Amino acid sequence: MSSALQILAEDGRLVGPEPDLGAEELIALFGHMLRVRCLDERMLKLQRAGRIGFVGTATGLEASLIGTASALQPEDWLWSGLREGGAAVMRGLPLSEYVAQMYCNANDTAKGRQMCNHFQHKASHYPSWSSVIGTQLPHAVGAAFASRNRGEKVVHAAYCGDGATSSNGFHSALNFAGVWKVPVVFVVVDNGWAISVSSKAQTAATSFAAKAQAYGFEGRDIDGNDVLACRAAMDEATRQARSGGGPTLLVLRTYRMLGHSSSDDPSKYRDAGEVEAWAARDPIQRFETWLVQQGLLTPDARRQREEEIRAEIDAVIHEQEAAPPMALRTLVEDVYEQVPRHLRAQFNAFLRVAEERGDAQPGDGAFPL
Amino acid sequence: MSTLTLIQAVNDGLKTAMRGDERVLVLGEDVGPKGGVFLATEGLTSEFGPERCFDTPLSEDGIIGTAIGMAVNGLRPVAEIQFQDFIFPAFDQIVSEAAKLRYRSGGQYTAPMVIRTPYGGGIRGGLYHSQSGEAYFAHTPGLKVVIPSTPHDAKGLLLASIADPDPVLFLEPKALYRSVKGEVPEGDYRVDLSTLRTVRPGKDVTVFCYGAMVPVCERAAQQAAEQGIDCLVVDLRTLTPLDEEGVLEAAKATGRVVTVHEAPRFCGYGAEISALIAENVIEYMEAPIRRVTGFDTPFPNTLEHHYMPDERRVLDAIESVARF
Ligand SMILES: Cc1ncc(C[n+]2csc(CCOP(=O)(O)OP(=O)(O)O)c2C)c(N)n1
Ligand SMILES: [Mg+2]
Repeated sequence: MSSALQILAEDGRLVGPEPDLGAEELIALFGHMLRVRCLDERMLKLQRAGRIGFVGTATGLEASLIGTASALQPEDWLWSGLREGGAAVMRGLPLSEYVAQMYCNANDTAKGRQMCNHFQHKASHYPSWSSVIGTQLPHAVGAAFASRNRGEKVVHAAYCGDGATSSNGFHSALNFAGVWKVPVVFVVVDNGWAISVSSKAQTAATSFAAKAQAYGFEGRDIDGNDVLACRAAMDEATRQARSGGGPTLLVLRTYRMLGHSSSDDPSKYRDAGEVEAWAARDPIQRFETWLVQQGLLTPDARRQREEEIRAEIDAVIHEQEAAPPMALRTLVEDVYEQVPRHLRAQFNAFLRVAEERGDAQPGDGAFPL
Repeated sequence: MSTLTLIQAVNDGLKTAMRGDERVLVLGEDVGPKGGVFLATEGLTSEFGPERCFDTPLSEDGIIGTAIGMAVNGLRPVAEIQFQDFIFPAFDQIVSEAAKLRYRSGGQYTAPMVIRTPYGGGIRGGLYHSQSGEAYFAHTPGLKVVIPSTPHDAKGLLLASIADPDPVLFLEPKALYRSVKGEVPEGDYRVDLSTLRTVRPGKDVTVFCYGAMVPVCERAAQQAAEQGIDCLVVDLRTLTPLDEEGVLEAAKATGRVVTVHEAPRFCGYGAEISALIAENVIEYMEAPIRRVTGFDTPFPNTLEHHYMPDERRVLDAIESVARF
């Protein structure tokens, strides 16, 4: 990874320029990274207890997510894949909505229609991702076109994984973005694996960053476990996009420390040695070492902060455990702006059976036809 | 004979085909060392080597497009699409290319290949890990669409599909992967790609179904029997080519018909069955044909158990046509 941009070396030494961030900002970044890890911990616990169905973790990716997304302005957009929920929380997604989404319960803003780990947050411009790999990337390009069309200085950050670089959406998005020179930053979180397929098996190119050249713009390799490098690269890319200089591709070299999801056993396809080597490059540990050296953090600050975060998450979990049942009418709502007659009729026929067997709740009444 | 789950029968079918014909190979996402996300391809790479069972880059379009090329040039690819929901990036290759190659070349070029993919709900996968897209493909001339519901048929239909001279979309009901077990013969055997299966004989109401709806309809039929309604349950197995004669015979046998599928109703496969019956044997019908289906909505997550037809909804339809 010698060619990748690095500011903090693996042992926490500063090997690049001093970050352009104040003490408070640096400590906030650290807190956001801790929150990503704590959320994974708690969600995995809930999954094991059978309270939620599925967790797509970001453990190991904290620097990649927080470093890049923290460079965005509130008016910017973040087009996500599976693992960017922690960045959404940093940008304003309330923890209660995060947890409600994981429960897919009646408090979930998507009304329990999506699988776990498919977050959205309209207020911070974080649209809902489908599940279909790579499809969000052209959306980001079109949305960036719209922003520029209105004369807004808004940047669209389009995130995807290493696997997604093989998708049709990736090619179309980078091609159009290059031709249109729109304000997009593509962020490829190269976490080493697409489920069981090594990122080396996705391309014969030496790096995904090389692909940008073919589309007419710059691609850069970044040490994805170095939060300062991620932040600096994203600062530069967003500055360029905002000032009309067009897109950039950032490739964050990092590692998915856990399984693809809570239902995957990675020991079947990857070496324990590889995992250990990456554990030694832990992004949180690295940043912590530097912050402590700088005197910005005391040695036991992390533990304290983690306890606070865990308590905060646990309180939210407690609250979400008490969510009301999902209204049956959500079955037929939001397909179109108005529930059309044929769906009202289908629902009413279903409701008759549901009432007979006691599945209907008060308020689940029939539609007028 | 051994007792296998449906997914084990698929695995056994793949191994049998690969042992019997070295042109057969398996490609897809995570089908190699991991053995597929549902383990359908477990042990294939170790037995047959990475030349014959291998992971591809993450592109369904690439998987199907290259599989077509392999098939055109003498191989027998079995491509896995990890979830049927992710087949749409390859829709063009399937519908415009694989399905039409024989026709557009006057029979000079063909694409004998199988696309295997898990489909349907029941695993709390939300709207992109649960869909039933059979109607899109059954509507495509040149393609065969096959759906097993038992381990015996899973293996026998898969072996017939791999041996078939035309492209076959092999839809596997993931809800049944581990929930059904059954006797499966050793070695090679084929289940014909154009005959339905009578699941249970009956004289009062005929229920047409396939995939994961088969056990649901069987249970509904048992409950109906308790009320004295004797149901004939039919597993269609191959949606194209359809056993039209078998369907008409089964419809005539009772004069009362219910069709059941998870997919949305509008332009769904049940509509084809009812049109076929209406056009040919309407004079035998003693009640309107009823369809039990998913809603005409995307597939939900939290409420999936309400979206998918269950015994109660099937029974309701059986009762209504029986009483008519
Ligand atoms: C079009 C499509 N094909 C297959 C899948 C199944 N799938 C889900 S995640 C995944 C791997 C994604 O890898 P990557 O892009 O590297 O993202 P990561 O999971 O590592 O964050 C696959 C194959 C999918 N969701 N969409
Ligand atoms: Mg990846």
